[in-house]
Amino acid sequence: MKQSTIIWTLLMVFGGLGLISVQLFRGKGEVYVREVPVEAKSSSKTSPEQTYRWSTYQEVSAKEKDDPGISFSFSRTLGLWVAAFCTLAIFSFLYGDNPLYKFTEAVFVGVSAAYAMVVGFWTEIVTNLYAKLLPELARMSFFPDMESDVHSDLLYLIPLVLSVLLLWRLAPKGNWIARWPLAFFIGATAGIRLISYLETDFIGQLQSTVMPFIVFSADGSMLWFKSLKNTVVIVGVTSCMVYFFFSVEHEGIVKYISRLGIWFLMVTFGASFAYTVMGRIALLSGRLDFLFNEWLGI
Amino acid sequence: MLKILQNLDRRWIFLTMFVAVSVPLIMGTTFPETPSDQVLAVFDAVDNLPDGSNIVMALDYDPASAGELQPMASAFTRHCALKKHNIYFMTLWPQGINMIQGSIDILNDEYPETYKGKYGTKYVNLGFRAGNEGVIKLVVEDLKKSYTTDIHGTNLDNIPLTKNLKNIQQVDLLANVSAGYPGSQEWVLYGSSPFDIPTVVGCTGVQAPIMLPYIPDQLTGILAAIKGAAEYEQAIINHYPDLAENPKAKEGLIRMGPQLVAHVLLISLIVLGNVIYFMERRQGTA
Amino acid sequence: MKRTVPLLISAVTGFVLIGTAFIPMFEEWGNDAMAWFNLLAAFAFILGGGNLLKMQLQKISAQQAGWGYAAVTLIAFFVTLFVGLAKVGVHPNAKFPEYSWSGNYLEEGGAFWWFFEYIFTPLSATMFALLAFYISSAAFRAFRAKNTEATILLIIAVIVLLGRTYASEWLTGGFPNEPIFGEGGITYSDFKLDHLSQIIMDDFTTPGMRAIKIGIALGVASTSLKVLLGVDRSYLGSDQEA
Repeated sequence: MKQSTIIWTLLMVFGGLGLISVQLFRGKGEVYVREVPVEAKSSSKTSPEQTYRWSTYQEVSAKEKDDPGISFSFSRTLGLWVAAFCTLAIFSFLYGDNPLYKFTEAVFVGVSAAYAMVVGFWTEIVTNLYAKLLPELARMSFFPDMESDVHSDLLYLIPLVLSVLLLWRLAPKGNWIARWPLAFFIGATAGIRLISYLETDFIGQLQSTVMPFIVFSADGSMLWFKSLKNTVVIVGVTSCMVYFFFSVEHEGIVKYISRLGIWFLMVTFGASFAYTVMGRIALLSGRLDFLFNEWLGI
Repeated sequence: MLKILQNLDRRWIFLTMFVAVSVPLIMGTTFPETPSDQVLAVFDAVDNLPDGSNIVMALDYDPASAGELQPMASAFTRHCALKKHNIYFMTLWPQGINMIQGSIDILNDEYPETYKGKYGTKYVNLGFRAGNEGVIKLVVEDLKKSYTTDIHGTNLDNIPLTKNLKNIQQVDLLANVSAGYPGSQEWVLYGSSPFDIPTVVGCTGVQAPIMLPYIPDQLTGILAAIKGAAEYEQAIINHYPDLAENPKAKEGLIRMGPQLVAHVLLISLIVLGNVIYFMERRQGTA
Repeated sequence: MKRTVPLLISAVTGFVLIGTAFIPMFEEWGNDAMAWFNLLAAFAFILGGGNLLKMQLQKISAQQAGWGYAAVTLIAFFVTLFVGLAKVGVHPNAKFPEYSWSGNYLEEGGAFWWFFEYIFTPLSATMFALLAFYISSAAFRAFRAKNTEATILLIIAVIVLLGRTYASEWLTGGFPNEPIFGEGGITYSDFKLDHLSQIIMDDFTTPGMRAIKIGIALGVASTSLKVLLGVDRSYLGSDQEA
């Protein structure tokens, strides 16, 4: 049998077993909710008092499904299965590129772009632009809680104009005008980074490295470990900096110091690799936890 | 044999990795953890504050990193809840809003006597603002220039917790859980370092080496990757043993089972790869 | 207009923000500039969405290979956008029930929440979970001890990988806490894998990373100055733009 056929068969068997186990463990792969009734009284003091009623639903564990007030949620159960389908479809890429993967990938691109747009719109544009420029309208529509004595802040016309110019980039002609907001963006980024990086990552890191080579305890005896540790750190930082210094030829003593620097960097990258592996595996176990625990209920 | 290994279909490696992570996960294997000094520094930073202190919890991550960071965020939330701290939630990631909701659910479900129905007096959800480090610059100097309302659209001047809060320099601790940019590094660069705000962070394995040089001068402590989360959970359980009965409080500890097997598998693959390499070299094919 | 004005804008903005660190009067201006910066960042999301739309529509109209998937992207985009902007399934804020638009657009149970919870979350989380498989395959194929540097990297990676799990306890947990030579010196237990990996992180990785950070800080500072002084104008693109 071809190797690919064996892998495919194994995957199908695993998938089939998974689905069978869902059936065996009844109640798994289903979502239950508790109804929470909401009763809200009209906030307006001028209009006659009116009571508004609706229900919100809180997800509960399947163990509570027979309790009073708990009901089966079709939309969330459907959601759970859609989520499982999406997970398996993306995992299917491990076998090879396929239409199922491409389909979910296309959905992902569309949903993420729209998600960022919607969140940006409600959190920043509506709250910090619309409400600043048109506070009266904002109070009547989205923010009834806003103070009534707030007036338009016309200074916010500047970011509005810059934003329109930024979106002009999508226009077929005259999109050079988008350079203006871009210049503001770049200038602001450069301005805040220049000071912060120099203060924290340059001066701060140098300060942290300025340590005594030999450390003594209060009673005057030498602390070997602390001294060795400080020496390793100082030598490490210095040798790596020498390696990064390309204005002098790496010859003679400089060559040996920079070589030591390379070794320190290799240790750094080795540790970084190990931590990266750790992170990636944690992400996989998080996803498999969803499949086994939340969906299949194993 | 060498030929088989040289031409091994990578899907076999994928399958082995799948099994290595799945089996311990299904079995729920856990191992005892001993909190390291770095983790204890984080624990002490939260625990040594008087009950009811003000903590900003910035959850800057998305579902893609939740597998690694959710246990940390949950552990921070539980620890703050046990200390009855006042919590200000915020995020620099659009997807972080839903991550915050997970922590709020913990407060309401597991600590109802302290937090249920006390929105605005014990915790507040400021939600997301766009601008990355631009938001940090504002919240450390003039919070209400960026956040005029909370996530529900309520004016911050009408919320007891935020009414008199000019900026987050006034809070007792900043706890950040971060998956990358913008996140821990930006909080240190624009917040904790220039303004001396006591800060602890929980970050991904990728970020951990980048954050290490900030300790201890610019950062109080760090939870590095899932191991950091597991040790932090253990540190909390050691001090608050009742928590040991809550399986949700051991999310990180449970993840260390698959971690062990997968690490061993990976090392075996590296060794095997090198054995092939040296055999090829001996045969003169490498 | 095309080049001078942007250079002026970036220089003024940048130097005002630098000035906030030294001149108290500039602080308020700096905060205003940051508030505008944040608004532009939000509009950048819209620009991103618009760009995606443009590209996908071009793909469909040209009937390029895989244009069907471009259509799927567009449908997913518009449906998500609609349910998010129209607050489908969202209740009003309980304090102001008569204001139907006052509710939280991400309310649990709402359509936008559903899209996030059951489509965005599994897709993005699984995309990243795939990396665990690829990193294992890469470790098998590419992680070779070809020279001294690669060998150091490999050995350190193995020590840290083992030291960060319970394997360190199994393999080296039995090392006694006794001095190897003399009193008060190095003990056998100092060579436990978890201890070794801690030493690697604190005493070897930290200086390496610190040097990288110092280098980056100098790079950021010089690049920023070049941009603000108009020496580096690459962000303006070419003069050929429409």
